[in-house]
Amino acid sequence: MEEVKIQQNTPRKYMNPYLAGVLLGLVILFSFYLTREGLGASGAFKRGVAKVEQIIIPAHVNSEKSAFYHYVKNGEDPLKNRLVYMIIGVFIGGFLSGAINHRLKLKLEHSPKITSKTRAIAAVIGGAIFGIGSAFGRGCTSGAGLDGMAVLATSGFVVVGMIFGVGYLVAWFFRKLWI
Amino acid sequence: MGPLFNATDEWSFVIALVIGIAFGYLLESAGFSSSRKLAGVFYGYDFVVLQVFFTAAITAAIGLLFFEYFGWIDLSDIWVNRFYTGSAILGGALMGLGFVVGGFCPGTSACASAIGKIDAMLFLGGFIIGVVIFDAFYPLYAGFYKAGNQGPIKIYESLGMNREVFLLLFVIIAIASFVATGYIQQKISHKSKKY
Repeated sequence: MEEVKIQQNTPRKYMNPYLAGVLLGLVILFSFYLTREGLGASGAFKRGVAKVEQIIIPAHVNSEKSAFYHYVKNGEDPLKNRLVYMIIGVFIGGFLSGAINHRLKLKLEHSPKITSKTRAIAAVIGGAIFGIGSAFGRGCTSGAGLDGMAVLATSGFVVVGMIFGVGYLVAWFFRKLWI
Repeated sequence: MGPLFNATDEWSFVIALVIGIAFGYLLESAGFSSSRKLAGVFYGYDFVVLQVFFTAAITAAIGLLFFEYFGWIDLSDIWVNRFYTGSAILGGALMGLGFVVGGFCPGTSACASAIGKIDAMLFLGGFIIGVVIFDAFYPLYAGFYKAGNQGPIKIYESLGMNREVFLLLFVIIAIASFVATGYIQQKISHKSKKY
């Protein structure tokens, strides 16, 4: 059966969530053990924005007016940071798993009840809200949430509690997007 | 004794790349490359987010404690995010809203983009716009952003609890949530969809 499936390029089943969770937990553990810090995703994009600002509007980013001043202080390159390498790794790792499990496909995923256009607009707006949120939260689901819970930081538990709490609170209003 | 390298060492860059590959591989393998699967946690038809997320958190938290008992790591030397009360609460709330509307978070959208999900690429574009907006108007809320700094405080300190007792409670709550969500998911399984 498995061979037939491979020939037809059917996407393979997802990994057991608890196995994936334990493995991901070990990755976090070794990240702290080896490098002092855990995972992170939003930091790389913030640093990317800071890099572009450093080139096109240096006066802004090199002042207290910018939230990213500390990334570029003393002429530092904001991209010379481990989180930038980590996000490159995330793209590579995601692609590898997609390739191995036959899930590489250009596709705009959406509920059958909404159009691609609605999904596209919601994705951009949701992304923008998340971008502002992760700036206030000093990290996203991984850097503030997952790492924070791993080291038992109050910030991590508060951020995760708010993400899920508010998520459930507003889910009803946006149900048409998903169910 | 760990941590072996400082986060700014060049070796840390190489290690971060390898860790990122493992991170992205596991996210995609667990199904985090699908926005409809991720959003399921808010509608009761798929709790994989909660299951993976909390399993990873308790595994890492227990692991760090054992590493300390064995004398392999100095926990006082690892990075702990500072807690800025108002900013953390507002940030978390906005991320919850953004998650429900956009269907991703930054890490998952990166790994979903890598396998060709266009909605994930749009989410990432939106995310970058959000970061630019935050920076553009930063002086308006810089005071709020820096207010209420409680430092790298731990949750068991905030709650006035013993560390090990808190971790035990956390593990029990996580396992209870796995059982409960497994039950709910079965109940709503007739709604379960193919992604």
